[in-house]
Amino acid sequence: MGGQCPPTLSLLSLRPLRLCGLLYMTEQKTLPSKLVRNIREKSIELILFLAAFSSVATTVAILFILIKESLAFFTQISLWDFLTDTQWTPLFGDAHYGILPLLTGTLMTSMVALTVAIPMGTIAAIYLSEFASNTLREIVKPCLELLAAIPTVVYGYFALLFVSPLLQKVFPELSYFNMLSAGLVMGIMIIPFISSISEDAMRSVPLGLREGSYAMGATRLQTALKVVFPAGISGISAAYILATSRAVGETMIVAVAAGLQPKIVWHPFQQGATITAYIVQVSLGDLPHGTIEYQTIFAAGLTLVLMTLVLNIIGHFLAKHYREIY
Amino acid sequence: MAEELSDGVIFKPKAEVKNLNFYYGSVQALKNINLTVPEKQVTALIGPSGCGKTTLLRCFNRMHDLYPGNRYEGQILLERINILAPKVDPIEVRMRISMVFQKPNPFPKSIYENVAYGLRVRGENKRSLLDGKVEEALRGAALWNEVKDRLNDLALNLSGGQQQRLCIARALVVDPEIVLFDEPTSALDPIATASIEELMSDLKDKVTILIVTHSMQQAARFSDYTAFMYLGELLEFNKTETMFAKPSHKMTEDYISGRTG
Repeated sequence: MGGQCPPTLSLLSLRPLRLCGLLYMTEQKTLPSKLVRNIREKSIELILFLAAFSSVATTVAILFILIKESLAFFTQISLWDFLTDTQWTPLFGDAHYGILPLLTGTLMTSMVALTVAIPMGTIAAIYLSEFASNTLREIVKPCLELLAAIPTVVYGYFALLFVSPLLQKVFPELSYFNMLSAGLVMGIMIIPFISSISEDAMRSVPLGLREGSYAMGATRLQTALKVVFPAGISGISAAYILATSRAVGETMIVAVAAGLQPKIVWHPFQQGATITAYIVQVSLGDLPHGTIEYQTIFAAGLTLVLMTLVLNIIGHFLAKHYREIY
Repeated sequence: MAEELSDGVIFKPKAEVKNLNFYYGSVQALKNINLTVPEKQVTALIGPSGCGKTTLLRCFNRMHDLYPGNRYEGQILLERINILAPKVDPIEVRMRISMVFQKPNPFPKSIYENVAYGLRVRGENKRSLLDGKVEEALRGAALWNEVKDRLNDLALNLSGGQQQRLCIARALVVDPEIVLFDEPTSALDPIATASIEELMSDLKDKVTILIVTHSMQQAARFSDYTAFMYLGELLEFNKTETMFAKPSHKMTEDYISGRTG
């Protein structure tokens, strides 16, 4: 035993010294590198912040321009005339600046689109979430989502050159440009917005709720309609709102297939211009900056932004209100 | 018809499990289970985690049918009908055997509609009948006095213990023959647990109860019969007093005395 003691002792006595040395060295080493690290961290943080800030800045800039040009517009045209005049003829000699024709056109095409997309999207979502097997869902869902990937101009010509002639065989009074076919095709385009988000909402309903329903002797359909659908309503209503925003803001399909005549519309068989279609139409010509015709683009654009903003606020409120539902 | 245990205990059987094997895909979770469930008594299924007690419980209302790849072998006889037979509709089985889950799972509906759910899925929509049944079930679950003035409130505003009693009311409203309880108090505090236990012992006059529990004390407190399961096998079944006083199996003794599990 005695012979083994000295090396152990020396090791023990050396260790604290070595530790101190190590600590000292690391202390010395980290001091400059800490500075470098801090600079690196800060600069990365700044880059990240700028990336995030750029989208906010863009939004603010767009809103600024929209409001600035609209204000210039409203110094010449009263808000009352803008909201109540039943004609929109800014490019004619007898100029009228009533937004109603464009607004009704937008609402009409959106309504037709939602009449198609909400039932079909919801049914597709219920099927995919509650009935389809995993394999089938993996195949069908991407295919459905592909609908949203088709360029809208293709949809526009599909509506104009295929759907309209087809519909004219059933309804001979249908005009060549009409809001019905534009709305129908737009509805098909936004189905995946509804089906995908609604399906996610329903699939995230806890399994326990489904089992609770099945355990009471409910069928698959009863469980889907009476438990899963109401439980997922916040996500589903968010999907509807998003789809509505999409329909209101959709441009190419309506510009191509719904016609460009701004008239107050009452019937989807008519042709009519939407806000977006008007903006496209006018932007294509060359209007001198600062003229009232030029400013109409911004007034119409602001109306559109306000509509989608209101929809998004409603959507946000709905999602928040129903968030704790399960 | 009566069943006799080895030491002369006699009871009336409600359901009989015969040579039951169960597979999750290729994994065998239950191995040759034989068990007779006494009528209008509380039977507790105990055993360490993963022993298959919840799996066995969920065979009784064919919950395993909801997921692909599950397979039963053997029989569970309910009045001489094998409820595991492929030609038997699982929905009809669930109409007769209710279930209360581990985590309270009220639907995102009103208190009233939660309880009425089982009747509504059976196509019963007559308001007067529903009103009476809902009140009866809520009284049966000792919840009526707390909620009678706010039946139209959302069920999720209730406390955890109240939610679980609501789920019990939901299970009772359809006059089930057996109620399955899957660790019904494991998500609740001790006071709520006590009220649920009291409720369950009151219920056994009306209905056969099969309960999975992790708590030895709970099994000892209010069950009449206890089945001990280990690694997918049923090792021992007896009157609860007998089982806890002198377990005949070494594994049982180790488990209930806290040496394993």
